[in-house]
Amino acid sequence: MGPESLIGEIRARLGPAVEGVADSFGDPVLVLRAADVRPALAVLRQPPFDYAVLLDLTCVDYAAGEGRFELVYHLFSLSRNVRLRLKASVPAGDPAVASLAGLWKNAEWLEREVFDMFGVRFEGHPYPRRLLTYEGFEGHPLRKSYPWRLEQPRLPLRDRD
Amino acid sequence: MDPRTRLERQARPASLLLNMGPSHPAMHGTMRIMLELDAERILNAECEIGYLHRGFEKTCENKTWFNLLIYTDRLNYVSPLINNLGYAMTMEKMLGLAVPERAQLIRVLMSELSRVSDHLTCLAAMAMENGAFTVFLYMMKAREFLWDVIEQTAGARMTTSYIRIGGVRADLRPGWREALAAAVRGTRAVLKDVSGLLDRNSIFIGRTRGIGAISREDALSYGWTGPCLRSTGIAYDVRKAHPYLVYDRLAFDVPVGEHGDNYDRYSVRMREMEQSLRLLEQTAALVPEAAPLPAGPVLEPDEAIRASRRRRASGRIRLSPNLEGSEKERQPGLMTPDRPVGVPPKEDAYTTMEGLISHFLFFMNGKGIRPPKGDVYFSVEGGNGEVGFYIVSDGSDRPYRLHLRAPCFHAVAALEQLIRGRLIADVIPTFGSLNMIGGEIDR
Repeated sequence: MGPESLIGEIRARLGPAVEGVADSFGDPVLVLRAADVRPALAVLRQPPFDYAVLLDLTCVDYAAGEGRFELVYHLFSLSRNVRLRLKASVPAGDPAVASLAGLWKNAEWLEREVFDMFGVRFEGHPYPRRLLTYEGFEGHPLRKSYPWRLEQPRLPLRDRD
Repeated sequence: MDPRTRLERQARPASLLLNMGPSHPAMHGTMRIMLELDAERILNAECEIGYLHRGFEKTCENKTWFNLLIYTDRLNYVSPLINNLGYAMTMEKMLGLAVPERAQLIRVLMSELSRVSDHLTCLAAMAMENGAFTVFLYMMKAREFLWDVIEQTAGARMTTSYIRIGGVRADLRPGWREALAAAVRGTRAVLKDVSGLLDRNSIFIGRTRGIGAISREDALSYGWTGPCLRSTGIAYDVRKAHPYLVYDRLAFDVPVGEHGDNYDRYSVRMREMEQSLRLLEQTAALVPEAAPLPAGPVLEPDEAIRASRRRRASGRIRLSPNLEGSEKERQPGLMTPDRPVGVPPKEDAYTTMEGLISHFLFFMNGKGIRPPKGDVYFSVEGGNGEVGFYIVSDGSDRPYRLHLRAPCFHAVAALEQLIRGRLIADVIPTFGSLNMIGGEIDR
């Protein structure tokens, strides 16, 4: 199956969940409807598509200009040796998307990082907690509205009983 | 939100809660492992990372494409050249650049030297924490052999910034061939010694064999790549699966393990170093001797500047020692000819008006490298696995978004599962075999 026919087959299988297909410097990109991210990725994870690896999950902040956050998923299929990029936009007002926890084991940490850095809520996440910063950190540092140099308040030491 | 961690909330009242780290001699860098214990048995574990978070991705959004290269040195600080390479090649994919053959071969040399030093560091620390201090000293010695070769050419051991967008900064230093051969010989001898000390050492086997084992399905589900994934028997290596540079022309094997336990991770890394040494020898044989620089008088920079006021200067100019190897005559082999991506030759900046203008245009805000709009992902095989860069450009002189796919992030995410139900002593070799690198995981 060539790359084009693979994308065609994925489109046919996912139906309206796919809002568009793009090519980015030679790599295929699928634009998904945010509400369908979890079911669509669950389908892609299984044969015949067999994208068994969630390579990466990150987010891009387009809140200022376009009023949205874009989630970027990278999948990898070991059997076909191909990668696939998927994107889904969520509104900047209340960014939320379904969690992938339960489909891939690394999703839990990847989503915690995106929550920490961008404030995107992952619905159904078993442990929504900051990953790289700490409890008590104010704001989400990778948002464009967060200044590059901003001092955080000092936290009081926690008393241990 | 409840400030208590999941572990604290779920712990049974009778359990002992214990922190390993963030400051613990076995937590290379800083990481906190919270343990719920029943005597020595780990009932539950939770890892907390982020102690070395420096805002790498945020910082990059505020630096120009050229200037942010130095921050990539500080990701996986044991093999900085591979991070340089990953970033440079991602940019080259976006800019559509072809890199000269000589620069590609030098990049392979540097990647493999870094890979060996990365594996050496991982295994040295892992062995030391298991009590094999001799192995630690032997392997650190071998790492020095390799870093000497890197230092001769790149000018630094760790903060190299040597692999640049479009090529490499400088040519290999004269005498590199002998230095590399000696380093390879020395490292081989050390690997042989270490094999003799550890491969069938019953203490080492007792602490590694069957411990920290993971199934293939789980390894894939955790997004493992690199030696950790290969230890489970899956021969996925970016250099083979998606060849870059000249790897498709070189002969090397991808060693795999069987059980995905600590011992297999050790053994895969040991065998991979052998392959990397093999690659170093093959690549060194492919690099042609550098043509000697043209003979004739060498002008001091101030003389050249004075002379150039009357007529266009000819002949060579003595450059400062830190520019050794990047003379104008060497550039065609090292840098892509599409100029605006590399620093213009210093000789031109000294002596010609056009050279000075292009120098300023390269470094001025809003000028310099400006890739087209769009987003791109590219990855290379790092010491820990697939080092991927996801970069979004809005067409300006700095990234709109830059994200690193850190391979050890995914490996360490599995640590909680690997040590659950084991003994405290098993945390040490398991954690050591995953090769957590603070700069890479926390960014």
